[in-house]
Amino acid sequence: MSGNLIDELLAGKHRALARTITKIENRQAGYRELVSQLHEHTGDADVIGITGSPGAGKSTLVDKMAAAYREQGLTVGVIAIDPSSPFTGGAVLGDRIRMGSNVGDMEVFFRSMSARGTLGGLSTATTDAVKALDAFGKDKIIIETVGAGQNEIDIVKTADTVGVLVPPGSGDDVQMLKAGILEIADLFIVNKADLDGADRTVQELKEMLEYRDGGVPATVGHHGAAGSGDGFEQPESGDPPEQRWHPPIVETVANKGEGVDDVLEVLADHREHLADSGELAEQERMRYAEEIRTLLQEDVRGLLEQEIDRQGGLDAYVGRVRSKEIDPYAVSDELLEPIAECLEQREE
Amino acid sequence: MGVDQEQRTIRCLVAKVGLDGHDRGAHVISRAFRDAGFEVIYSGLHRAPEEIVQAAVQEDVDVLGISILSGAHDTLVPKIVDGLQEYDAFEDTLLLVGGIIPDDDEDELKALGVSEVFGPGASMDEMIEFVRQNVPER
Repeated sequence: MSGNLIDELLAGKHRALARTITKIENRQAGYRELVSQLHEHTGDADVIGITGSPGAGKSTLVDKMAAAYREQGLTVGVIAIDPSSPFTGGAVLGDRIRMGSNVGDMEVFFRSMSARGTLGGLSTATTDAVKALDAFGKDKIIIETVGAGQNEIDIVKTADTVGVLVPPGSGDDVQMLKAGILEIADLFIVNKADLDGADRTVQELKEMLEYRDGGVPATVGHHGAAGSGDGFEQPESGDPPEQRWHPPIVETVANKGEGVDDVLEVLADHREHLADSGELAEQERMRYAEEIRTLLQEDVRGLLEQEIDRQGGLDAYVGRVRSKEIDPYAVSDELLEPIAECLEQREE
Repeated sequence: MGVDQEQRTIRCLVAKVGLDGHDRGAHVISRAFRDAGFEVIYSGLHRAPEEIVQAAVQEDVDVLGISILSGAHDTLVPKIVDGLQEYDAFEDTLLLVGGIIPDDDEDELKALGVSEVFGPGASMDEMIEFVRQNVPER
């Protein structure tokens, strides 16, 4: 089943889809051609990113979301990403255990991926795996990952809509969110809303969003805040208010399925907003640009590694740097010189 | 590492099927496989054969290790084998069974397509070595 893998994938064979993703993950010989061929068949799926701290309930929510989409007659692909050991490369990928609502339903294609230690590589592999699911014909594709750092943020950025899970009582986590995840969230999901502290978390999130929108929350101070009735001032400049998307906060109890329909509704609203405001096209443009940049970076790095090997490896340079014979910048210049020369010649 | 550098990692599904609540062994094996540098997907307890098939096909695992301590291997393993065949996943998946399996049954399982049966006393190193040696070429 090697030659016509793409044909089999397009014909709906699960095994071919699974094998395609494996080739993508392994960067097996010929995987680039594979992904190139997939490209023209993509663009029909809604891609949703779900992120949040470990134990926030991502897998459980994703399971319930998948089941709800299935009830609507839609097909679903899920990519769940777990960290791997930086030492052995091994990993236990446990998200599948929570997929209890979609037992034996092959129309939910669930795939676990590990971070495999490479930085840029993971977002490339994820993007490519999404393409495979999209070309296969999945209506909804959900990417699930722990929102721990830049790497994960890069991954969920490949989604049209991003949901961030915030468990109750995570005051400090909410603070942490400010660093970057806040900016990428299109909706916040306060999961385990039946626990104590859920109201408070919702409140904290609301305040934070109001600050972000450039206003002052009504709950802060006695003075100022003379703005609009809803408690914060809308900035006068910028997009007209109705054009802007304000991330809603949805409360869920994922393991009981409560609030899952609300999440789906907000996701649909956001999708509509993206289409109406023209953001969808803009997003797509930016995503492709980002994808090309990442690919270029990795490819150039690959070329350089080969060049370094040809020059006898980095060790010799490192030795000379240690003995102060040469400095790291000079090494970089020296190795890059042929490339720079080549580019100069092209300009002429 | 460049984009074209191949990164083959052995993927395993450690599966518990049927009414069998003993998962200590499966946990220990999952961990040992992880430490050997494999990617391990653990099924969780009380899975139906169809679920195991679904997971093995979608995850495209190299190795499927089924842990059965309930004595129901004669019913459950054939169902899994049939399912794998239905999705063209049987040929290139290394099938292992671990647990309490009588010798006569071991022969039957092997005739079905199980590559090896590991009983009590099997060592982790032995198992990991077996997987490395016999992982299907793809």
